[in-house]
Amino acid sequence: MKKNKYLDDLKEIKEIMSRTTQFISLSGLSGVSTGIIALVGMWLAFRTVFNDQDYLVYHAVSLSYEREIYLLAIAIGTIILSVGSAIFFTKRKSKIQKQIIWNGLTKRFLFNLLIPLITGGILCLMLLDKGFIGFLPSLTLIFYGLSLINGGKYTFREIRYLGIIQILLGLLAFQFISYSLLFWTFGFGIIQIIYGLIIHKKN
Amino acid sequence: MKNVLNDFDKAFENRIRLGVMSALVVNDFVDFNTLKELLSVTDGNLASHLKSLEKSNYIIYEKKFLERKANTSYSATELGRKAFIKHLQAIEQLIKQL
Repeated sequence: MKKNKYLDDLKEIKEIMSRTTQFISLSGLSGVSTGIIALVGMWLAFRTVFNDQDYLVYHAVSLSYEREIYLLAIAIGTIILSVGSAIFFTKRKSKIQKQIIWNGLTKRFLFNLLIPLITGGILCLMLLDKGFIGFLPSLTLIFYGLSLINGGKYTFREIRYLGIIQILLGLLAFQFISYSLLFWTFGFGIIQIIYGLIIHKKN
Repeated sequence: MKNVLNDFDKAFENRIRLGVMSALVVNDFVDFNTLKELLSVTDGNLASHLKSLEKSNYIIYEKKFLERKANTSYSATELGRKAFIKHLQAIEQLIKQL
């Protein structure tokens, strides 16, 4: 009987440690939803911007004003829907877990996640403005991967592996630039969905 | 068997004190309200356990003012950390022996 008490103690210690150091409300389903949104966004971008043009090169290209607006609109739409769905599923999970979502840990997680993400976002906007469209698929993957690794210190371990995969895909996308949209679709769409399902099942 | 029991720390026999220490050894500091939510205890109950850990010199506190409200942050001392690890090792030993 005493053994059970001590095993319970250890279990509780472990739970408190992970609850105070990990943002455990991060929902796997938000990974699935953002992956699907990314696939739809890519399909739209491919239909309207990339279909008959060769933008995936190592030098600047001139993009018509109309296409640049299309691409920006798709990107902004994708971001808003992704962030919205991530917040929705994470809020839902925190309600189920009866956790308070806005605590110091959440702030630390978001702060660390956002530093590389916003840096990459600004850099990509500048590159888009200067016509370096070909760099965008690889750089968005690389900066996303760095954000996951940086924020991953405060949440599930799996997030860091996801980050490493995204960085590797980003480097490959740069090396094989004419296939970079395929790498992007694979990373932001398919890998993201798979990892979302893994996190959803495990946690 | 006997020497293992010697390593058991009376300060951690209570669930709440054990919980407080678990949170403090993995974080630089944790504030009063977070501890309260984490362990689902009342103010008075938590305060008395914190006081007893302070008396053993296992934790220290620091008062900060956040938007004019006093906010007390707690952190584990080196002594507290060592005692906690020793206590965990004793539990581990005991489980192995049982």
